[in-house]
Amino acid sequence: MTMRHIMAKSLAPTDGVRDYLAAQEKKSLLRFLTCGSVDDGKSTLIGRLLSDTKQIFEDQLAALERDSRKHGTTGDDIDFALLVDGLEAEREQGITIDVAYRFFATPKRKFIVADTPGHEQYTRNMATGASTADLAIVLIDARQGVLRQTRRHSIIASLLGIRHIVVAVNKIDLVGFDQAVFDRIVEDYGQFSRDLGFQTIVPIPMSARYGDNVSRRSESMEWYSGPTLIEHLETVSVDEAMVELPFRFPVQYVNRPNLDFRGFAGTVASGSVAPGDEVVVAKSGKSSRVKRIVSYGGDLAQAAAGQAVTLVLDDEVEISRGNMLVSPAARPQVADQFAANIVWFDEHALLPGRSYILRTETDQTSATVTDLKYRINVNDFAHEAAKSLEMNEVGICNISTRTPIAFDPFAENRTTGAFILIDRISNATVGAGMILHSLRRAENIHWQSLDVGKRVRADMKNQRPAVFWFTGLSGSGKSTIANLFEKKLFATGRHTYILDGDNVRHGLNRDLGFTDAERVENIRRVAEVARLMADAGLIVIVSFISPFSAERRMARELMADGEFIEVFVDTPFEECARRDPKGLYARALNGEIKNFTGVDSPYEAPENPEIHLRTLGKSAEEMVDALEHWLNERDIAEDQYDSGGGI
Amino acid sequence: MTTALTHLQRLEAESIHIFREVAAAFAKPVMLYSVGKDSSVLMHLAMKAFYPAKPPFPFLHVDTTWKFREMIAFRDQMAQKLGFDLLVHVNEDGVRDNINPFDHGSNTHTHVMKTVALRQALDKYGFDAAFGGARRDEEKSRAKERIFSFRNAQHVWDPKNQRPEMWKIFNTRIASGESIRVFPLSNWTELDIWQYILQESIPIVPLYFAKERPVVERDGMLILRDDERMKLRPGETVENRLVRFRTLGCYPLTGAIESDADTLEAIVGEMLTARTSERQGRLIDRDEAGSMEKKKREGYF
Repeated sequence: MTMRHIMAKSLAPTDGVRDYLAAQEKKSLLRFLTCGSVDDGKSTLIGRLLSDTKQIFEDQLAALERDSRKHGTTGDDIDFALLVDGLEAEREQGITIDVAYRFFATPKRKFIVADTPGHEQYTRNMATGASTADLAIVLIDARQGVLRQTRRHSIIASLLGIRHIVVAVNKIDLVGFDQAVFDRIVEDYGQFSRDLGFQTIVPIPMSARYGDNVSRRSESMEWYSGPTLIEHLETVSVDEAMVELPFRFPVQYVNRPNLDFRGFAGTVASGSVAPGDEVVVAKSGKSSRVKRIVSYGGDLAQAAAGQAVTLVLDDEVEISRGNMLVSPAARPQVADQFAANIVWFDEHALLPGRSYILRTETDQTSATVTDLKYRINVNDFAHEAAKSLEMNEVGICNISTRTPIAFDPFAENRTTGAFILIDRISNATVGAGMILHSLRRAENIHWQSLDVGKRVRADMKNQRPAVFWFTGLSGSGKSTIANLFEKKLFATGRHTYILDGDNVRHGLNRDLGFTDAERVENIRRVAEVARLMADAGLIVIVSFISPFSAERRMARELMADGEFIEVFVDTPFEECARRDPKGLYARALNGEIKNFTGVDSPYEAPENPEIHLRTLGKSAEEMVDALEHWLNERDIAEDQYDSGGGI
Repeated sequence: MTTALTHLQRLEAESIHIFREVAAAFAKPVMLYSVGKDSSVLMHLAMKAFYPAKPPFPFLHVDTTWKFREMIAFRDQMAQKLGFDLLVHVNEDGVRDNINPFDHGSNTHTHVMKTVALRQALDKYGFDAAFGGARRDEEKSRAKERIFSFRNAQHVWDPKNQRPEMWKIFNTRIASGESIRVFPLSNWTELDIWQYILQESIPIVPLYFAKERPVVERDGMLILRDDERMKLRPGETVENRLVRFRTLGCYPLTGAIESDADTLEAIVGEMLTARTSERQGRLIDRDEAGSMEKKKREGYF
């Protein structure tokens, strides 16, 4: 087999190269992905595309022949899947785990293709490939028809903003090139996808393995008169005309090499801008004008969607990373509450009330899902009530952020309407979000600036506010220590309040049970109440098992710096079970109580508590002495700082 | 108003965006500078990304002590010309043990002088993000890697458990001791690199251009005898042949190709008719099946 580059034949040494490069310059780029169920032939199709467009070099082909004999699943033929399944684990197991990016070109266009895995457990890797694609090839095995994963991938492609679909009915040779099979699958797919908002759906019958209707028109399917896959990919128009949309410039980096230069670096998300244009800072509403568009090769007369530039403004306006420069005529929304589609990636389910880190292209803040409105069933689009979102599930949520973000609905702008969610502890990327719209109440409720402030209220009580957060197993001694601590504080004239797990559950939180989601909500409400009490100037003692570190961290972040004091009441499980003051351990160990912390629900011990109380062999009085000592030390330190600060 | 970006403009903008993202989100980034053509492009993009400022991070060269002499000369010349902060790290343990590609083989040499050396350097300076010039079209395990590629505190890549990477929203969060390898050229192909070098007149090491050079034919490769440390085996002779290099690494491990391409246009012309991939000239990729993935998991770039 000889391999010759498609373009090589016509080349004269130097002029030919120049002409060739000039032609390359004018080529457009199409990014697409292949998706669909396991074994529908995604990797084989990409191998076929690379081979037909002469992208496989001799040494790669030799390696491929070697590998095909070792791991191949196609008998004596070359197994093209081995060309893209680049990880050892993939070749050994014969499956695709992660997305692979491959590159090829035809005389008309350049292509970047993402080969994505079909297994449900690797859906997040499919989403990774889809997020940067403009077109999806959905493969369907002619013998199998539309499967669950065909639907899941189509829904995710639709949610992520892909508007162009090729339905590749593959392995048509294995059903005798039968038109009836093809027509039935096309009908099925059309039925199912009619509400997914695709602009074009082009069905093509093909055999990726033998190359029928990939780049070569099949001689076995005279009934098919549409384009081959390559013909369609070369000509389909996917331009979203981002440049036609209102100007959006998320500020990525403030470039300040010296006092005379202050530039805002970023990538134009949409629209265009020229020197002299008025721009508005999205979050503050302040306006200015573009003075220069700075680039390495000299100032530019214009910057348009997709270009990475540095803008210099006329005035010294306050702008930092995460803010956005926008068109004054059509501004984005700025809100801290909005509704969004979420695709969940993580093994640990999304729990309403839990705090995550939300990242847009350049902004970052904390966010909680305040309401999981429903989950979308990928088979029939049914909206199902749900208390959590499991891995690979898709749902619609209301989200509340700690600080407002600037955004457009994802349907209007794929760049400024997207975000990801990050777990606070593992730093894993746990979800992707597409914003639908802001929630009305976010726009209407503004914080009142009150003259009587927290400081004044606390000063009148002659104390500094604090939230002592007691965490530990049931029966560890939290309530005993908390009660004694409050008595001592009271005796020294402090104003205090105890929030106790049992008491709160009888009132404020009596609608909550003991599932993970309800435990998270339980803690969120208590933390918010504690914050209001600290704002009123009180010393608050919270005595809750609070088993999850994520919620304790959320509580910590609600309070002002230094006000949250995590107290780990550390009593070993065996000792708690032995004491068993309420007889709960006996019942839980008998299986009579479900979700009992330490028995069948985990307790995540604090890693760096402010105060670590090891109770074994010590009295409650000793514990309280330690707490009081800590509080006095803090107040002394703060008083010194205050008088030294002179404010 | 014509605003559609060309293919190269799109790639350039994406790379610049990545550079700025790292500068904004990490405390102590570094750029791995390997002196090759991809590094030259990377450096050019870094200059563009932060203009009129200089790139706000140092450049690190991990010197195996077996690089072509012309590479070292070019490196020092570029550092002086562009005025960037150049750090050079050598694994002194390897030097003490006289680890070299002739006696220890490419595997051991690369592991000790490159992979271990890189880990040493990253730990020594406490870098939390490191740019590399790897491209996805180079090799099939690279085709699988994220642009922001997470490494644990032991510098290990876990290819089966990569973070999802959505849109241009990069997850830059790491715990103390962990780091991210960042690949701004992920979506560039070899042809794109040459086309960009030509378009932007980017300086590259002269070894890429054809010239008469003293080479020895060994194990089916043409090795340039760059210094006296390369001992001739019985029957071997040094011949002057018109050769050039498609990639550059340690001279005993890098095969030359016979070529008369002495201009960028001629190099591109030759590439278009090439029938082998560029890593063909690298001995280290052929040591064993899946060898690049294994090296990457251990911390190689």
